[in-house]
Amino acid sequence: MGIEGIGASVVRKEDRRFITGKGRYVDDIKIIGMTYAHFVRSPHAHAKIKSIDVEAAKAMPGVVDVLTGQQIVDDKVGNLICGWAIHSKDGSAMKMGAWPAMAPETVRFVGQAVAVVIAESKNLARDAAEAVVVDYEELPAAADIKAAIAPGAPQLHPEAPGNIVYDWEIGDQKAVDEAFGKAANVVSFELTNNRLVPNAMEPRAAIADYDSAEEHFTLYTTSQNPHVARLVLSAFYNIAPEHKLRVVAPDVGGGFGSKIFIYPEEMVALWASKKVGRAVKWTGDRSEAFLTDAHGRDHVSKAELAFDKDNKMLALRVTTHANFGAYMSLFSSSVPTYLYATLLSGQYNIPAIYTEVIGVYTNTTPVDAYRGAGRPEACYLLERLVETAARQLKVDPAELRRKNFITQFPHQTPVIMAYDIGDFNASLDAALKAADYAGFPARKAKAKAEGKLRGLGFSCYIEACGIAPSKAVGSLGAGVGLWESAEVRVNPVGTIEILTGSHSHGQGHETTFAQLVADRLGIPINQVSIVHGDTDKVQFGMGTYGSRSAAVGMSAIFKAMEKVEAKAKKIAAHQLEASEGDIVIENGEFKVTGTDKSIALPMVALAAYTAHNLPDGMEPGLKESAFYDPTNFTFPAGSYICELEVDPGTGKTSFVSFVAVDDFGRLINPMIVEGQVHGGLVQGIGQALLENAIYDDTGQLVTASFMDYAMPRADDVPSFKVSHTETLCPGNPLGVKGCGEAGAIGASAAVINAITDAIGNNKLEMPATPDRVWHAIHAA
Amino acid sequence: MYSTNYHRPSSVEEAVALFGKGSDPKYLAGGHTLLPVMKQRLAGPSDVIDIAKIPGLIGVEASADALTIKAATTYYDIMHNADVKRTIPAIAHLTSVLGDPAVRYRGTIGGSVATNDPAADYPAAVLALNATVKTNKREIPADQFFKGLFMTALEDNEIITAISFPIPAKAGYAKMRNPASRFALTGVFVAKHKSGEIRVAATGASQNGVMRVGVIEEALKANWSASALDNVKVSDEGLMADIHGTSDYRANLIRVMAQRAVDAAG
Ligand SMILES: Cc1cc2nc3c(=O)[nH]c(=O)nc-3n(C[C@H](O)[C@H](O)[C@H](O)COP(=O)(O)OP(=O)(O)OC[C@H]3O[C@@H](n4cnc5c(N)ncnc54)[C@H](O)[C@@H]3O)c2cc1C
Repeated sequence: MGIEGIGASVVRKEDRRFITGKGRYVDDIKIIGMTYAHFVRSPHAHAKIKSIDVEAAKAMPGVVDVLTGQQIVDDKVGNLICGWAIHSKDGSAMKMGAWPAMAPETVRFVGQAVAVVIAESKNLARDAAEAVVVDYEELPAAADIKAAIAPGAPQLHPEAPGNIVYDWEIGDQKAVDEAFGKAANVVSFELTNNRLVPNAMEPRAAIADYDSAEEHFTLYTTSQNPHVARLVLSAFYNIAPEHKLRVVAPDVGGGFGSKIFIYPEEMVALWASKKVGRAVKWTGDRSEAFLTDAHGRDHVSKAELAFDKDNKMLALRVTTHANFGAYMSLFSSSVPTYLYATLLSGQYNIPAIYTEVIGVYTNTTPVDAYRGAGRPEACYLLERLVETAARQLKVDPAELRRKNFITQFPHQTPVIMAYDIGDFNASLDAALKAADYAGFPARKAKAKAEGKLRGLGFSCYIEACGIAPSKAVGSLGAGVGLWESAEVRVNPVGTIEILTGSHSHGQGHETTFAQLVADRLGIPINQVSIVHGDTDKVQFGMGTYGSRSAAVGMSAIFKAMEKVEAKAKKIAAHQLEASEGDIVIENGEFKVTGTDKSIALPMVALAAYTAHNLPDGMEPGLKESAFYDPTNFTFPAGSYICELEVDPGTGKTSFVSFVAVDDFGRLINPMIVEGQVHGGLVQGIGQALLENAIYDDTGQLVTASFMDYAMPRADDVPSFKVSHTETLCPGNPLGVKGCGEAGAIGASAAVINAITDAIGNNKLEMPATPDRVWHAIHAA
Repeated sequence: MYSTNYHRPSSVEEAVALFGKGSDPKYLAGGHTLLPVMKQRLAGPSDVIDIAKIPGLIGVEASADALTIKAATTYYDIMHNADVKRTIPAIAHLTSVLGDPAVRYRGTIGGSVATNDPAADYPAAVLALNATVKTNKREIPADQFFKGLFMTALEDNEIITAISFPIPAKAGYAKMRNPASRFALTGVFVAKHKSGEIRVAATGASQNGVMRVGVIEEALKANWSASALDNVKVSDEGLMADIHGTSDYRANLIRVMAQRAVDAAG
């Protein structure tokens, strides 16, 4: 309704602040008497700490205190937790190695904090950190999955023999074995999903401020979910009870998952603030971000897909080793299990699936959710497998997919997920048309004549978003419920504040959430403001990740709005002496249908707060809240087609076109959706062509700066052709599915399938650097 | 960054005098090499002597035989300079594919040549064009200037004042960029001098920094055309191997980039 309602490409309200440099990030906040923290970090991937000498550092100018890992353990600050319990095949619980916020005895990855200097300035803290003398006894390191599971490998944690976190399975192994037994064709494949460094534009930061009079802490932090941070800090880390801890996540410059987790630095800042009696600020730099932000992906998999003689899929068998790094980060355990293996059915009708996932400790930075979290790994594996199958079976890749698409909904896959709705043919058709698939052979021939290798690759992805039904995730081991809360406050003058537990760190909630209200009431979005990111303002919330803010967060707002509207209608009916059932809301007015009688929203609000003339027994005020717990995941899906050229002389890839057709259900703000798709695609392309976190044998991160870690730049990516098909999600009142992760999930397989098509060699791992592609051309 | 003393002299003489007084001084030009290193605390000079604003170090001059670019001229000014584009367009091109806009607004030719990064672009032009590096003390021919990774013939306090390039009959530069840093994964500068001499220099390839490529020079001497290099075999001995490219890949790039540079040179 209205030009700023649902479906309108309204310009983002928050952008004025961001593009004029008026954003307020954690590092912009200054507190009187604030001190600065600098961490002393391990240069070794695996070592025993024989001793730490802090005396020289303590004597340096401007140093307030130097604190060590042993002290934080002595003070009984809790070890970091992993919030999703996964059980191995044999029923045993996952093996948790102890992770204190600073290492007292053993360091297990390069960059792990062992001590912290608190000083009067950032530079003085850094100076003194260089004077802390740590005597290490180096231990052999296991720097990757292969090294960690090899016989005789260095052991990281006494709790985890063989460096195995868990050995988990899903699906019906017997049914799969039987299906393979009668298969006409089997396609098999081994592949790596490369490790990525999230690299949000704003590095992590925290300010902890302890008030000794009130015994109260305030934590300003770069978080995607401040309430979850407060919950974990209170319930598990012994920092303070919840009512004595306020967590504020102000403007946050991107997260991509990496800012979901509660990190050691925040815990140390809180603990240190109480110890030194002053506020403590820590602002990470880019090097610290590379070494300590949770990384993403890092799988090694073997997969086999069985077909019958008509090229119908019969069964899928997958074994995946997932690298968790040195410790289990907050949500890490769920990523290669319930966010990965449950999506391995893709868009296809696969009667039987069996997957084993072996979680492995290595002497590397912890790995956790990163944009897409598990689903990109599933899509990449399956879509490369399907493309490989098409080549092996000598059938058109689009036709092979079409033949196996799920067309009836709801559809129960063999791996938990019940797809509610979709139309996979529609998005594939639209993509084929947009990509001019029919004209591709001619274009390929022309390119060949010009000395270029041209290829085309598909990726038909599905993902599970709107995370997630609390009861369902609870039964799968989640430590929290994944509902969302909202409060709608109508002020006496009729302006509106929406308090939400979702957190915006680039998504544009201040605009889209306001659009929902504008749509329902027919008022301009500038009369609505969105309040989020402060546990003192918003009662509770689960935060933003897993493309959940529209599907879950906005659904909570929807529910609260319904309650507000119901009460407002009662007041309007009373004022207009009409019956409640005759009141409709239009253009900010409450009207009696079929008459010219109406009362404007501000007058209704004023009546609610003056309370001079309300219906008998009605409480004053106009404010309602709601909790929304989703009934199912949502299932965004789409078809991506990538066409590119490879320069045989250099192995360099150049895009010709990239078509993305997504079904996100209803679009609230198509411009913002398109922006989300672009960002996701760039991250997917980044993974496919450029990004790679490489460790050497000793566990040193070789790609620890942008000089070696290739982030995609604007000229690395094409101008995208983005469009949409629409099946409305039946699971939530808005019919939305979520759009934040799709691009990152679907893009990489399309790119690699296109390159391997171009060069005629399927043996190619991500990132497909020019060097690797050139070698693959010459090995073909 | 460690604390340091910043100076802005207005002449080369003043800069050298300041240098003499510091305990561990450094000249600063565009800062795109020195400042990142200082920020990471890998360098902590006592004094930073900013020579980028010295008027005598900025500008471009062209005669019939030579193009002279003064040391503190920025990449941005070089690539947009009419004399550069007219006399040696390959230099304008090389500069346009160097770094990114922020680097080009600040970085200087003198800083680049003084640094002699093994993957930097300018050293290839200096070597292939047989340029002369002019300093406050002397003139150094290109063949004697580059001394291996990050090493040059410069003395500690010596300041490059200008680079003088003989204007060639033909010249071209082709670069395969490192996907992360955008330095040269391998870049090749080819030059056909008015004397008929052929000089070809590759950067980003050798373990010892910028180098001449004899096999390519010979092939081009026989026949100045890209196709003359089709079957030339460049050895990968002594070439760099890292996460961005193996040595055989770089050997291939030397040939392919040389072909593209010849095509560009015409
Ligand atoms: C992101 C990024 C990308 C880059 N990409 C490229 C690229 O693609 N190709 C490339 O070639 N380079 C690249 N560079 C490096 C860039 O060209 C630097 O600017 C250059 O190497 C140094 O020049 P400067 O003027 O910035 O020198 P500074 O950093 O100021 O100085 C570097 C060193 O040279 C010395 N010095 C400077 N001027 C003189 C002088 N006149 N006489 C004697 N000594 C002097 C200084 O004392 C210092 O030791 C890149 C840099 C960055 C940060």
